[in-house]
Amino acid sequence: MTFKKTAITAGLIAGFGLIAAACTQQKEEHMGMGHPYGDEVWSGYATATPETRAMQDDDFENPFMPYVDVAAEIYDSPQGEANKSCADCHGAPDDAEGGPMGIPMKGVGARYPIYDAEMHRPINVELRVNRCRTKYQKAKPFKYESDELLGMTGLVVMQSRGMPRVTTADQVGDELYPAWLQGKAFYYQRRGQLDLACKHCHEDNAMNMVRAELLSQGQSNGFPTYRLKWQKPGSLHRRFRGCNKNIRSIPFAYGAEEYLNLETYLAWRGKGLPVEGPSVRK
Amino acid sequence: MSKNIQQMVRVDRREALKAAGASVLALGFASTAQATPEAAAEALSKATGGAATTMSDKVKFVGLPEIAENGATVPVGISVDSPMSADNYVKHIHVFAEGNPSPETITFNLTPTGKAEVNTRIRLGKTQNVVAAAVMSDGSVLTAKREVKVTIGGCGG
Amino acid sequence: MAKKPRVKLPKKAKAGDMIQVKTLASHKMETGNRKDKKGNTIPRLILNKFTCTFGGKEVFSADMHPAVSANPYIAFFITATASGTYEFTWTDDAGKSMSVSKDIAVS
Repeated sequence: MTFKKTAITAGLIAGFGLIAAACTQQKEEHMGMGHPYGDEVWSGYATATPETRAMQDDDFENPFMPYVDVAAEIYDSPQGEANKSCADCHGAPDDAEGGPMGIPMKGVGARYPIYDAEMHRPINVELRVNRCRTKYQKAKPFKYESDELLGMTGLVVMQSRGMPRVTTADQVGDELYPAWLQGKAFYYQRRGQLDLACKHCHEDNAMNMVRAELLSQGQSNGFPTYRLKWQKPGSLHRRFRGCNKNIRSIPFAYGAEEYLNLETYLAWRGKGLPVEGPSVRK
Repeated sequence: MSKNIQQMVRVDRREALKAAGASVLALGFASTAQATPEAAAEALSKATGGAATTMSDKVKFVGLPEIAENGATVPVGISVDSPMSADNYVKHIHVFAEGNPSPETITFNLTPTGKAEVNTRIRLGKTQNVVAAAVMSDGSVLTAKREVKVTIGGCGG
Repeated sequence: MAKKPRVKLPKKAKAGDMIQVKTLASHKMETGNRKDKKGNTIPRLILNKFTCTFGGKEVFSADMHPAVSANPYIAFFITATASGTYEFTWTDDAGKSMSVSKDIAVS
């Protein structure tokens, strides 16, 4: 077993080493002001096998959906000391008017993360759900990556399915611009024992193989997602943590500002892609 | 200072090794026992009471990928050419995996209704043959076999 | 909170219609082969039986082993014959079961 693990690690390092070597011959960093992918932005759906796509295409095959069903029950039932349900303020999840508050769930998945004036940083759907719980419902926040929060995020995001993702975070003067800059810096920062940045896999080598894995553009439009590998739903931050661990760097915490900044930046890299969450990925 | 970095690296590597081990564990196939084609044949014989089996193109795999994106969740469908009438139908469809810790995966028990096509998702620990065996109402057993390549994806912990 | 299984079955059908029934249950399907961080074997706990009955009579069932993926998906075909209730039941190793029933109107 020890030998096997060592062999796997050695193989990985050798594989990444080749990529890293190849990368140094290319320009070290994308410093242009334009979009790094130009017009060629594609979702992970594009390279999924027909079998995996089929699982996503029909909600009765998508194993994420039972989690959404549970969330829909929570959405409708009074929570916390305030004894208020999500529906009391927002109406049904698909209510275009957005209930008494006039804030519909439709569109949330397309425009988040947004700027949070309280914390002076980006806030994503997960943390926004928990904000509602603590501030308005006077309830305990859900644990990040809990079934409840994944389901609730899925329920909210799926109301925007098919809508193009929008962001102006790259505009100087936008409230999210500082976060976008930080996210961009994170994206191009080499890190970990393998000394790789996000861009080495997802910008320079998208569509190339790393071992048996076809590299994607690392788009976030399918999150939260049901991953075949995890055999359960997972958040974008779980995916970030997985990537960070793979390159032997210490991952940040769920909901960390570093990841919120990266999430903000990625939303821009995938601007225009349709919201697919909850999707199914390999 | 340099000692600190070394320590960090060491911890890091241990974590990474754990992660590599965990990805094997995640499939639940860490045990050393592995099924073989013989074990699969034995399981089939046990399931059918030792009836003779015939490879038949009446039994087809549908939606079974040649290369699975992840062994933890491999879609598999089996379709059997049968009228599914009261006197001629498929009673059982057994699915075996020749390279898993144990060969049995799932058995479908059918009655004369609809058509003989079933779908599910199974775990495959490695590249191996998947065997489907249809037990017909007249007692005959028709089988089909297909190889599924399972890659070990490295990414995303 | 327990996740209810999902079943896709139309509410209405014509007699003789061939219908694909899709079912999706939520379960970890713990194989019994995995070990926890301390090296102790995590005990097997899977849904081992799925049954679909119509008017109390079994029309389809499946025996599941640990090699069935987490959150088991099972799809099969039925012929619509009469109006009535389909009952879907999943049972785990501990004998605990969960059920969903769906009515269909056949004309």
